[in-house]
This record gives sequence, C-alpha cells and structure tokens, in this order.
Amino acid sequence: MTRKALHILAVTAPLFRCGLTRAQSVPNFQPPKTQIAHQIYDLHFFVQAICAGICVAMFAVLFYAIVRFRKSPRRTALQFTGYRPVEIAWVIVPVLILLIIAVPATHAVFAMKDTSNPDITVKITGYQWQWRYDYLQENIGFYSALSTPRAQIENREAKDENYLLEVDHPLVVPVGKKIRILVTANDVIHSWFVPAFGIKQDGIPGFIRDAWFRVDEPGVYRGQCAELCGKEHGFMPIVVNAVSEREYSAWLAEQRAAKQSAAQAGDAAGAKAYSIEDLMSGGEKVYTHTCIGCHQANGQGLPPAFPALANGKTATGPVAGTIHIVMNGSTKNPAMAAWKNQLSDLELASVITYVRNSFGNSVGDLVEPKDIATVRHQNP
Amino acid sequence: MTTATRQRRLFLILIAVAAAMFGFGYVLPPLYAKVCQLTGFNRLQSSDAVSGTQQDSNRTVLMQFDSNLRDGLPWNFRAMQATAPVHPGELVQVSYEVSNTSDHAISGQAIASYAPAGAAAYVRKLECFCFSIQTIAAHEVRQMPVIFLIDSSLPSDVSTVTLSYTFFEVPGRQTTAKESGT
Amino acid sequence: MNEIQEIAVRPAVEPVEKPHGIMRWLTSTNHKDIGTLYLIFSFAMFLVGGSMALCIRAELFRPGLQFLRPELFNQLTTMHGLVMVFGAVMPAFVGFANWQLPMMIGASDMAFPRLNNFGFWLLPPAAILLISSFFVPGGATAAGWTLYAPLSVQMGPGMDMAIFAIHLLGISSIVGAINIATTILHRRAAGMTLMKTPMFVWTWLVTAFLLVAVMPVFASAVTMLLTDRHFGTHFFNAAGGGDPVLFQHIFWFFGHPEVYILILPAFGIISEVVPTFSRKPLFGYRSMVLATCAIGVLAFLVWGHHMFTVGFGVGPELFFMYATMLVAVPTGVKLFNWIGTMWQGSLTFEAPMLFAVGFILVFLVGGVTGVVLAVAAVDVQLQDTYYVVAHFHYTMVAGSLFSLFAATYYWLPKWTGRMYDETLARWHFGLSIVFFNMTFFVMFFLGLAGMPRRIPDYPLQFADFNMIASIGAAGFGFSQLLFLYVVVKCVRRGAPASSRVWEGAVGLEWALPSPAPWNSFEIPPVIK
Repeated sequence: MTRKALHILAVTAPLFRCGLTRAQSVPNFQPPKTQIAHQIYDLHFFVQAICAGICVAMFAVLFYAIVRFRKSPRRTALQFTGYRPVEIAWVIVPVLILLIIAVPATHAVFAMKDTSNPDITVKITGYQWQWRYDYLQENIGFYSALSTPRAQIENREAKDENYLLEVDHPLVVPVGKKIRILVTANDVIHSWFVPAFGIKQDGIPGFIRDAWFRVDEPGVYRGQCAELCGKEHGFMPIVVNAVSEREYSAWLAEQRAAKQSAAQAGDAAGAKAYSIEDLMSGGEKVYTHTCIGCHQANGQGLPPAFPALANGKTATGPVAGTIHIVMNGSTKNPAMAAWKNQLSDLELASVITYVRNSFGNSVGDLVEPKDIATVRHQNP
Repeated sequence: MTTATRQRRLFLILIAVAAAMFGFGYVLPPLYAKVCQLTGFNRLQSSDAVSGTQQDSNRTVLMQFDSNLRDGLPWNFRAMQATAPVHPGELVQVSYEVSNTSDHAISGQAIASYAPAGAAAYVRKLECFCFSIQTIAAHEVRQMPVIFLIDSSLPSDVSTVTLSYTFFEVPGRQTTAKESGT
Repeated sequence: MNEIQEIAVRPAVEPVEKPHGIMRWLTSTNHKDIGTLYLIFSFAMFLVGGSMALCIRAELFRPGLQFLRPELFNQLTTMHGLVMVFGAVMPAFVGFANWQLPMMIGASDMAFPRLNNFGFWLLPPAAILLISSFFVPGGATAAGWTLYAPLSVQMGPGMDMAIFAIHLLGISSIVGAINIATTILHRRAAGMTLMKTPMFVWTWLVTAFLLVAVMPVFASAVTMLLTDRHFGTHFFNAAGGGDPVLFQHIFWFFGHPEVYILILPAFGIISEVVPTFSRKPLFGYRSMVLATCAIGVLAFLVWGHHMFTVGFGVGPELFFMYATMLVAVPTGVKLFNWIGTMWQGSLTFEAPMLFAVGFILVFLVGGVTGVVLAVAAVDVQLQDTYYVVAHFHYTMVAGSLFSLFAATYYWLPKWTGRMYDETLARWHFGLSIVFFNMTFFVMFFLGLAGMPRRIPDYPLQFADFNMIASIGAAGFGFSQLLFLYVVVKCVRRGAPASSRVWEGAVGLEWALPSPAPWNSFEIPPVIK
C-alpha cells in the first residue's frame, strides 16, 4: 500500500513542480474562440469528468482490495467464480453511461458538419511545406510560409515568443462571420489545424473537403499542420488574424491593390535589365527563405538526399539545366519541388543567379526575369 | 477422422481464408468506388441521367466554381465566374477557361470534387469537359462549358455547393485538339 | 474455467538425445526452443526500437534541432513504430504462445512443428531488411508506421525494403496464427473441452483468427503501394481515378484489428496471473470468453475512428463513433472480472502480480482515454496530437509490454527450474511504472494543448512537458537493462524452483516438473 502511494506521488509530483506558467489549465484545450470549440471544450470536460470518475472509483476499489485482501493467516480466499447481479450491472451501467455521452456527442458532430450558408469561402491548399490561401470570391490568393529564421531553429539565435508559429502572410478573416474553408493539397496529405477554433481538416490531393468556423473575438490564432507530410511537417504553421469587418475590408482592398501593382511590376520586370548585384542580393533573400532548409547555408546540402550546390553539377553546368530543375523540380528526387508556381520570375531569376555565383561557385552568368518568362512559355 | 486429417483440413481452410482476405484487399478499390457512387461522394465524371427537373424557384443554391492545377502543368485554368445562384431543377451553363502557355500540345484529365461531398449525388452534369481527356494545343486558349442542373431533392440544409476541378497531366497523349472534342 | 477435477500426468517418455549447438537452433521443431528463439529475437528488437525512441526523445528534450535532421527524425519515428509492433510485441506474444499453449492443453507440441520453425526463421531476414533500410540512399521510409499515400509513394528505396520486410513478417504471423489455431482446436488432451482451457488459450484463439483475417489485407495494401510506386497503378492517386483516402480505409481495416491482436494475448496473460496470486479461480470465466469474442468481432467495425478528420459525412462519422464507444463495454467487463478475482482473495505481490496490477491501473487510463478519442468531435482536436501518442503507449506499453514482463516472471521458473531475484524484479517494476507514467502522462497534456505528432521541433509552450517526457523516457529505457540482468541471472544461477512454483498456481503446466522437460506430454494427460 505504501509502495503504491509512493508511486503515485512520484508520478504526480513532477507535474506540480514544473513551471506551469506557460501552459494554461493543464488538463484542457486552448481557450475556445468559436462556437464549435466551445462545444468541444464542454463535451470533453463532461466526458473527461466521467472517465476520471470511473478511474478514481476503480482505483479506490483496487486499492481497497489490495489492502483488505492481502494474504493473512486470519483468513483464506473465498472460492466464488461469479455473481450474476453484479455481472449484469456492470454491462448495463457502462452502456447507460455511453448513451448519456452519445447525445451531446451526436449534436456536436452535426454542428461540425454544417457548412451551409457561409459568409466567406476560402480555399486552403497544403503544399510541401507551406499553405496557400485563396479567397474564391475575391480572386485573391497568396502563400503563407514559416517566417521563423533558420538560425533560431538551429540554436544560433535566441528563440522568439512565437517560435515556429509565425508566418509571412497570415490568413485574415472577419470576426463574427461564418467562414467556410475548402481544404485540399497539392502533393501529399496535409491537415489544417487551429486548436482555438476546434477545427482540423485533412487536405487530400485532388479533392476538396469543407469545414467551417466563426471566430468570436479578434485576435491572432495559431496552429500547425497535423498530418505527416515530409521532412518539414513541423515547420508549416498556420496563423489566422481575426479582425473587425472594417479592418477586413481594408485589408482586402490592400490585397487587390498589391496584386495589381505586382502584376504591373511583373510586366515591368520582364522588360527591365538587372545588374548582378541586384539579383544576388534578392537571390540571397529567396535562398534563405526557401532553399536553405535542404541545401544549407553553406550550399553543402546533405547528400545524397539534398545535393550540394557548391560545385554542384547542375548548379555550375549549363544554365538551362539549373533553370529547369528549380522551376520543375526533380523527377529523380521528389524532395526537390517545382518552384515555378510558388516563386515569381524575378525571384526565380535572382535565386538561380545567386546559387550559380555563391558557395565557391563563380559561373559568372546572370539570369534575368525575362529569361524565366521565356522558359515558362517553352516548358513542355 | 484422425487428428492429422483434421489438422490438415483446418490448415487448408485457414490458408484459403488468408488468400481470400488478400483478394478482399484488392476488391476494396472497386468496392470503394461503388460505395462512393451510391452515396454520391467523390462521384467522378459520368454523364448523369437527368431527373428531378422540376424547377424550384423558391429555393436558391449558391454554386461556387473552383479550379486547381497539379504542379507541373504549364496551364492557366480558371472558372469564368466564381459563383452563380442556381435554382434546383434549372439547367445552368458555366464556363472554365484553360490556356496552354507552353509550346507543346498537352493532354490533361480533370477530376471533379464537391463540397459538401454528399452534394455530388445531386449535381447532374449533362456536359462536362471532365468527361474526357482534353488535349490543348500550344498557346491555345479554350473555353470549356459545364452544363448541369441541381436535383431538386438536394437536402434542404445545403445552401452552398462548391464544384472544384483539378487538372492532372495525362502523359504521352499527343492527340490533336479536334480528336479530343470539347 | 470449469475446474479440471483431476490431472494424471503419466510418466514421461525417455527423451531423445537433445541436440546441441547452432544446428539445434536452426532446425529445431520443438515448441520450447522456438518459443525461446521468438523471445530472444523480440527482446533484441525491443532494445533496437527502444534505442530509436531514446534518439527521438533526445531530440525532443528541448526546442530547436540539436541532434537529428528532420528527415532522419521521421525515419526514426516510423521505424520505431514498425520495429516495436512487428519486431518486438507480436513475436513476444507468439513466443509465449509457443512455450505455453502445448503445455496448457496437454499437447506434446504445436500442430505443425516444422511450419513453426519456418515461421520463426522468416523473422531475422525481415528484421535485417527493415533495419538496413536506414543505409540505402534516402534512408529508411519516413512516412510513419501508418505509411499513408501519397507520402509513402514519394519515399525512396527504403520504402520498398520495408514493404518486403512487411510481407515476410506477415507470412510469419499468418503461418504462426494458423499453427496456433490448429493446435488449440485439435491438439487438446482428451477431457480438455474448450470451456476448460485457460484464458490465455482463449485469447490466443481469437487473436489467431484476427491475424489470419487481417494480415493479408495489410499485405494487399502495401502491395498496392508497391505497384503505385513502380508499376503505374493509381490506387491512391486521384490523377488516375484513385483516392489517397482509400489507402487509409484498407490500412485501418487491418490496423484496428491489429491493435486488438496486440492486446488480447496480454488480457490472457493477466487472466492467468491474477487468479494465481489471489489464490482464487478467475471470476466470470464464461463472460471473459464472451467478452474476448465480442472484442474480436467489434474490432472489424471501428476502423474509421482513425479517420475522423478526412471529411466523412455525418453518417459514417456517427457510426464509427458509436461502434468505438461500444468496445468499452466488453473491455470494462474484463477489468471488472480481474478485480472480482482479487476480491476476497488471498493476495501476495510477487513481481508477476505487481505487473498485473500495474497493468490494470495503467490500462484503465489508456482505455478511458480511448473513450475520449472515440467522441468524434473531441477527436477533431486530438487526432494526430500527442494525446493519441499517450493513449496508445498507455495501452501498448503499460498494456502489452507490462503483461509480457508479468508473463516472463511468472513462467520463467517453470521453464528454467530457477527462481529469479524477487527484489531486483520488484525494482524493475517500480522503476518501470514510475518512469513510464513520467514519460507518457504528460503527453496527454501536450496533446490537449495542441502539440502535433511526428514533429522534431516544437513551439515554446510545449517545452516543459517535453523535457519531463524525455527524462522519463531515459529512465524507462535504462530500467529495462535491469530486466535483462534479472533474466540472465535467473537462467544462470537462480535458486531452484518447485514444480508448482506459485502457491496458487493451477493448470496443466504446473503439474509438470520445473524445468519443464524438453518433450512434455508425449503421452497426453488424463483430464476429468
């Protein structure tokens, strides 16, 4: 008995000793911010309470038996092998408990699946390894990738507060509106998960699946990809900015304007001539954001899965080869994605120029956005 | 029957069960496709017999049109209209536009997906570019219609239906645009 | 069970000259030798899988990437799962089945002794294939032990090696299961009706049928994966008219019965140990048999609860939720019956009983968290988080593994004729249960807080619990070396054991001398 008690203390003690300041209420979800999240929170509390009650009761009975029925010269074991009333009771009572749980559980499923009458529809596409958000009715779309610097991940810099939970372009939605999301994926299965919303929807390549949420209050809400999708599965977070309707409209207007000027810049970029310095500095930014995870800061890569770019055959060979593999990915090594849809002509030209003239490479040529545009047209 | 005979018989029965279960695994894909067809989930392209054409003007369903390209396809693919309010039973035509930005003819197959998934059973397509492989010539811009109606038996709690197409490349098909029809 | 009124063990036949050396182990058709081979293999795999776990927990000790590149981390989590499930736990239960089933039913050996040898010797090549996949270009498969398409289609040659290893492991399991089922059904001594057989026999009978039914489905799933990867099929590719979710359906149709395959023999072991140390018969034998069969049937109806977030409609979501919740009923019956066995008994707490009681306590936690996960709406928050990791480690480590430890301490004296060191064994128990809970209980909190699975690095709010879990894991891992020491010490120089060994032990194997003769029950016993 003492041994059991000591064991229990030993197990639970660390839980109280450790700093629980950052975690909220320990045996519970993140604070719910949507109706569904509230429903799940309450349902879970209810089920957990029942389960905890059952555990405590069973533990108590077990401990009582352990103490009371220890081998002793004063008594011998009774040899009964059954007792019908009790055996029937402990089938019926659990079934009743399950029925009680099933009622709110069923309501919650119906609520979760009711995607009717949405205010806004957003298509969410999972990529290896970032998200893309498309506001279908607004004709706006953008990629959203992890913005935590690699240096923090590799322990060369101190980690900031939202380590691994920050992105360059968060999803922006208005508070109080029913947002219907259509989740899909471009390559493998991903899963869009925001705990505060009580939502998790797998994205299956080739299919769309819908889900919905309505945010109760403004704020920044963070989540992560919840289906193993390759090496950077842990590095493609989700950030949702829930704002007032007015701010949302302003943001939409901003996005439309930005799209307009980007298109114009794209056209202009095509015509403009670039110096190698411009391309190198732009290319370094793209490299640090996009390529560094596999090919490393020094271009040494991690062969054989992630080839070295320093003195690399493709990196220092004919420029068409470098352009092709960056734009279209590798057929031999699926880890090398096709970047032509995720990077602009200018970004592609910059990073290719950068790679061919860094890490000890000095091919000396430069690639301009108009070269990329030409290849886009030729590409079989 | 001796023990040895009994044992051998059971052995053969169980081996047969194991082999049958292996075969059962292979039966699952067509079975799955059949179940999808019956329940309306993931219903893929097939021209549907039209029924439920009683137009219900009192009810409006918002159709949304989405497009996706699998990585690598050098096309632009978009729905000409993002949404269309539709009455169940009403015959509707919408267009999708595909443009091949490359210098070569490329063939692709569009796969349809619906949200909510169960709505697939109620969207009856009379004509759709997803019925066949599309071969788009170099630099061609093509408008492709989809003619459909929503069956009036669509459950009343569904108010928005999204139709999403994903184009996948079909490698090695060099047929002319004329051959592949619409 | 219906009491065996009388056992007359006829004198043993003069044993044949027991072979020695390598050839003995390579060619043995003796169920005790093969049982030993399975157990040694399984413990070796346990150490391999455990080392992988320690690497994983070392990386997760603190936020940031310290030791492992993300792709290697994913390879380790995948292989840890495959090695532990198919290399450690399943072969261990088969090892116990081999040693115990013939003795428990009064048979001289398994129904198909040569098939038995074949079934074992498939395992070492399979293990070599699986583990050497780390060293091919691209490394081992990193798609998770669940091998979901399309990610698994993307993997390098390590995936193909794993597929072939899985085929070998599957064939071994299937022929082993056929052997076990045939032995139980046709080799019982006269008078030993099915309703007189020990619970370990019943649970293995149901497990054997589950294995024959579902291992081939797993084989077809990975074969489809193989052809999608190399031979142009499109089972799991939307482009060709297929569907990635189909893989999940096929996999989990196998995968869910698989977890019952991993726990039913454990239930059988606990049903042997608890009556012995309570000095009372098992409470509710008949309902135990019914509950086991019920679990076996329900196993086939619940696979969708692994897929609550793929986008099912309301109908399937509800069906799988209700069916899964229902499994709690027969499982609860078993737990209540064990406590009923202890009730009004005369209890002592030697190592087997410590692990059995530990099992009951900790499996209860695993089981109720399964009910929480069954509630589909709640599962949406918890799917693919550490809550699930905690749940299945509670049921499979505190469940299956603890039962294996209980079984080892329980039967080792019968097999070897020597007692193990009781004090050290109790230390093994104490360290294991404390460190186990330290490692995995905090993972429930991590899951509730939203930490996903299969990530090598995590946001800062998860740091404290991860540190605790890693410390617990180190403690738990190294405590298992104590188990190795206890077993080796017992085999070499344990004190002599009697044939009954345990005061309350009842059953045919205890009627044999300790150590059990190499050939036992050559002449079947008489059972009344």
